[in-house]
Amino acid sequence: MQFPKDLKYTKTHEWVRADGDSLLVGITDAAQDMLGELVFVGDVKVGDTLAAGDTAGVVESVKAASDIYAPVAGEILEFNGALETEPQSLNGAPYEKWIYRLKPASMADVAALMDAAAYEATLHPEK
Amino acid sequence: MSKRTPLYDAHLACGAKTVDFGGWDMPLHYGSQIDEHHAVRRACGMFDVSHMLAVDLEGSGTTDFLRKLLANDVARLVDGKALYSCMLNDAGGVVDDLIVYRLAPERYRMVVNAGTADKDLAWMRAQGGAPRERRDLAILAVQGPQARAKVWDVRPQWRDDALGTFRAIERDATTVASTGYTGEDGVEIVLPAGDIAALWNDLRAAGVAPCGLGARDTLRLEAGLNLYGNDMDETVSPLDAGLAWTVAMKDARAFNGRKALEANGQRHAFLGLVLAERGVMRQHMKVSVAGGEGELTSGTFSPTMNVSIALARLPRDAKPGDAAQVEIRGKPVPARVVRPPFVRNGKALV
Repeated sequence: MQFPKDLKYTKTHEWVRADGDSLLVGITDAAQDMLGELVFVGDVKVGDTLAAGDTAGVVESVKAASDIYAPVAGEILEFNGALETEPQSLNGAPYEKWIYRLKPASMADVAALMDAAAYEATLHPEK
Repeated sequence: MSKRTPLYDAHLACGAKTVDFGGWDMPLHYGSQIDEHHAVRRACGMFDVSHMLAVDLEGSGTTDFLRKLLANDVARLVDGKALYSCMLNDAGGVVDDLIVYRLAPERYRMVVNAGTADKDLAWMRAQGGAPRERRDLAILAVQGPQARAKVWDVRPQWRDDALGTFRAIERDATTVASTGYTGEDGVEIVLPAGDIAALWNDLRAAGVAPCGLGARDTLRLEAGLNLYGNDMDETVSPLDAGLAWTVAMKDARAFNGRKALEANGQRHAFLGLVLAERGVMRQHMKVSVAGGEGELTSGTFSPTMNVSIALARLPRDAKPGDAAQVEIRGKPVPARVVRPPFVRNGKALV
């Protein structure tokens, strides 16, 4: 399982990549593996202003639905519409298939998110 | 610790991701449950269902006992014929649903659900029966348009061109039945536990896809087949779960639960839903139709139809073609009421 070191992570299994003055947000390899094959990605509302931890959308596999959350406060600028027609493509490339673009209220908030090692540690709390 | 079937190691060797199901550690999928689903619709797949329990009942008086125990009538059976039935409590609720095979006069075999097996045995004994648990047997379901050909390929001694549907033949200690839970042709093989690994390996070598409980659920739901514990349980009448066709009430036979069924009648319609937009319907979601509110008893994404489908308990007057609104994540999403099955023999029907 891969956790790229250049990304930031949340305990709710989102990853965050800085892209200019906005952020791309997706779900981690661990998240897609737990959910299984995705059949729906959506309910993301462009223009919504969210606080950190607010629901930003949903990913659904055959067996389960899981909310995705805003890693930091900000405004949703864009939804990756390609996932509407090909949700399963996310399973094979979780770090390429970003779900939405967020304009953070403060870039400084991003620095406080977990790095790859800290996130990976949350996956194995018994160790 | 969870129970394991004789194929547990074989599942792991095939890359299974396992899950607890009714106290058993069972394969959920072997990589892609959607591919497994398509394998059954288009070619052939196999499911280890050894967690289910075979129960034998035999001796004089067995037919009379089963005619009282079961809501469907075993008097309809001839040797080698199978029957689907509910076993009801006195309130008309479903203790379990099962398949009963008549192997010979006064010699029957039932296959009951894993999670309810202990309760079922206690219930049968309380009714005066003497069920014999066959924990020495294992069960493999081979399903799909190529299922019979594949099984006969690897076990020619089981071939029977007159097998038909919903029938069973005995070959030594093995029973081969033309039954299933997928909406496709196929067989279910009940055999000594020590024989199942060799059969599994031979079928694998013949190109049959191992399939897990994930695909089993999407296949059964597309086929409009109920799942015990979701679509009905001890508090639900078979008449309110789309199973009136399995309740034989034409003659005066006094079976368990009959009085309650007659007193209560049918109170709900039990029909299918097809979602008109993207999203996935799930069990326990609320649904509104013109006549009032209902509840989804099972919901999933249909890999064959590429939309979400569900089974639902609806107001009595709901009917196919009605418009419905399913509440998904706090938002009403339009759906259409249909009569299941959604898919049979590889083709979408609704």
